[in-house]
Amino acid sequence: MSEDALIGLFVATVQFGTLVFLAALGELIAERSGVLNLGVEGMMAMGAVSGFMVGLETGSPWAAFFAAAAVGALVGGFHALVSVVLGADQVVSGLALTIGGLGLAAYVGRNVVGERPETLFTDLGIAGLADIPWIGEIFFDQPPVVYLAVLLGLAVWFVLARTRLGLALRAAGESAPTTDTAGHSVMALRSGAVMVGGAFAGAAGSFLSLYMAPGWVEGTVAGRGWIAVALVIFGAWRPGRLALGALLFGFTLALQPRLQSFDIELLGVQLNSISPALLGILPFVLTVVVLVIISWRYRHRPSPAPAALGLPYRREER
Amino acid sequence: MASSDADHAVWLRGIEKRFPGVIACAGAELRVRPGTIHALLGENGAGKTTMVNVLAGVYRPDGGEVWVNGQRRFFQSPADAIAAGVGMVYQEFRLVPTLTVAENIVLGSAPRLLRSAEIEERVAELSAAYGMAADPTRPVWQLSMGERQRVEILKALWRNASVLVMDEPTAVLTPGEAAELGAALRAMADDGRSVIYISHKLDQVVAFCDEATVLRQGKTVATVDDLQDVDLTELAELMVGSSEGGYVDRPPDLEAGPEVLSLQGVSALNDRGLPALVDINMTVHSHEIVGIVGVSGNGQKELAEVINGLRRPTQGRVTVKQQDVTDASPGDRYRLGLAYVPEDRLGVGLAPKMSVVDNSIVRSYRLQRRGLMLVMAKCVKFCQGLVERFGVRTGRLNDPIAGLSGGNLQRLLLGRELAEQPAVLVAAQPTRGLDVQGVAAIQSHLVDQRSEGVGVLLISEDLDELLALSDRLLVMYEGRVVSELAPDVTPRSVIGEAMAGQVRA
Ligand SMILES: Nc1ncnc2c1ncn2[C@@H]1O[C@H](COP(=O)(O)OP(=O)(O)OP(=O)(O)O)[C@@H](O)[C@H]1O
Ligand SMILES: [Mg+2]
Repeated sequence: MSEDALIGLFVATVQFGTLVFLAALGELIAERSGVLNLGVEGMMAMGAVSGFMVGLETGSPWAAFFAAAAVGALVGGFHALVSVVLGADQVVSGLALTIGGLGLAAYVGRNVVGERPETLFTDLGIAGLADIPWIGEIFFDQPPVVYLAVLLGLAVWFVLARTRLGLALRAAGESAPTTDTAGHSVMALRSGAVMVGGAFAGAAGSFLSLYMAPGWVEGTVAGRGWIAVALVIFGAWRPGRLALGALLFGFTLALQPRLQSFDIELLGVQLNSISPALLGILPFVLTVVVLVIISWRYRHRPSPAPAALGLPYRREER
Repeated sequence: MASSDADHAVWLRGIEKRFPGVIACAGAELRVRPGTIHALLGENGAGKTTMVNVLAGVYRPDGGEVWVNGQRRFFQSPADAIAAGVGMVYQEFRLVPTLTVAENIVLGSAPRLLRSAEIEERVAELSAAYGMAADPTRPVWQLSMGERQRVEILKALWRNASVLVMDEPTAVLTPGEAAELGAALRAMADDGRSVIYISHKLDQVVAFCDEATVLRQGKTVATVDDLQDVDLTELAELMVGSSEGGYVDRPPDLEAGPEVLSLQGVSALNDRGLPALVDINMTVHSHEIVGIVGVSGNGQKELAEVINGLRRPTQGRVTVKQQDVTDASPGDRYRLGLAYVPEDRLGVGLAPKMSVVDNSIVRSYRLQRRGLMLVMAKCVKFCQGLVERFGVRTGRLNDPIAGLSGGNLQRLLLGRELAEQPAVLVAAQPTRGLDVQGVAAIQSHLVDQRSEGVGVLLISEDLDELLALSDRLLVMYEGRVVSELAPDVTPRSVIGEAMAGQVRA
């Protein structure tokens, strides 16, 4: 296999990693506040189509990116309204969001299928670093969204771990009555978290339609939203591990379309004889393995999963 | 408004609060003077928790007025009540187990940016100032019940609450911890704060408190200006409207029958993976009540779980009616004749959202079916039988069981467990948190079961209860049975020493 193909694989790993990292980071925020949002796939689709359309209209990838984030927040707001404010079942509402979001995206985008945007995100060759062999191309000559995702990851970690807001958010995810009687509004915290999470998913969707697979067709998201949901578990609800998991999952996503062309043998297995479909389920298999490890390792102490995840809260009810 | 507002730290006027199907408060009244400890008394379901939840902004009243420190308040949320100086220690603790002591204390009033070291230092200063030891860096899930309660109180003090409400704080405390709490509350009252203290333990109420308000069925039926002037029976009478109560007497001695439960060399770990039971040997015979004495947290919970198959022993054997059940499932043990009233009624014992009927048949559903189907009419009839026999006060049988008050939950749970004439009954804290009538009802059922030949293992924190009911007492300390005592001839001081681990050779 050629050196270029290998570099290409790692470049794509970083990009796919960024895609699922952004979406999963949003889901992590929502879940740490106690709200499970299974609508990531739908929110990403809405972000992808709306970002693409704004990109066509304005010619500005940044305008498109932020518009997609706003649409994601709005769609996430639907989940917040139904499951946080009205207290409906989070699983049902989230699944409805995925199904409805995919459908709505197909409808909204029906007239732009096949169009090519003129302006896309371009790679930022970071001066001096981009020329380093291998490393330069993989890490320092990527589109700006990659670096933004790193900054967002650091910001989310900082807010969760080091600020009053983060403390309140984590508390809401562990015990809503405790947070409420401590004087925080559980509804505001959780709704805000879900909407911010939606913004992240929407932004991730636009990264797809404005850079990774420029254009809009139905099915663009192709299950990456579900990978993001799995990644939150794989990362044990922590931003740092989420980043590591994102690279791993990104690698399997990047490898999938390339596998057939890799004529090499690894551990006695001919790589191009492995079915890409099998590779596609690897993230989910890994997630289940991690889940089992977590429940074993944490058998004598509280699990890293937010204790109130999925439980609606109404103050006067018991 | 009225002229004397200013001399009340708290004035709840004509509070009304309805829940679906129940009137929890029907015009109840509560006045508390600054610098006093005020007891709020009443039987289970009288509306005490509802009253203080209105004061804490958790419940919005349907009618009535809330006055705090001379000002009328309209609380929209707990945050408003906190801002007005109300601090509350809830009946069920409000702590986040995964957060540290310091994080729990500052939650709600933390600085924008958290600097752990600084917060921990300030929390340590606060706990030193009030003599309430609590390591600020430890996560709360590692703490005992007594320590958790100190954290709750520190939380209120951190906010500088001028009114501190404590809802049944001693239900989970050992006698020593309760006495410490009394002293701490007095120090706060001397500081000019006022304390509202809810408890069913009247001796403690008389020892700690200055004044009292008695609720019955959502109404204030009496106020006592000086608790030193009343005696316990008078108070109990005010609460229930009649003078029954106290501990039931054990009928004359019975000859103990055959062995029905035994533990042989049983050891087990607790949830944190540390040894909780160490080489336990004990037997329970038919026609006897064996009491387990000990400060809570010395292995009682794990003991009940090991016997009932909810926790696997690392060593040893458990037998029921001489049959080895060490590896048997809880269901198999039940069918062999082992009944269990767990400490956690609404969680382990009963399923909160299931109906009264469903909860009453979960153990004996085999009796109510035809082929593969449950016969609903039979189920309802079975449930009605339990309700009548055990005097359960309940609304509609198809409503969720969570709506029942503590005493009624316990009556139903006990009734269900006794429905198939067990050989052994393990009862963990069966009267905790119950009012006088509830306690008497449950205790007399235990005594009746003993007369009928059941062997009862009674795990309780109430020493008086154990002394009144037990044929034998086993003292547990740090996971071991450290001594066996006879309840009628052993002085309390000796029992107390054994509970503290000081066994005389
Ligand atoms: N959130 C709620 N939803 C429905 N019913 C409730 C709720 N809270 C209280 N009740 C009902 O209101 C009545 C008063 O309950 P409350 O908890 O105030 O009693 P209490 O005096 O604190 O009793 P206890 O001594 O058992 O704690 C009870 O009948 C109870 O079942
Ligand atoms: Mg109560």
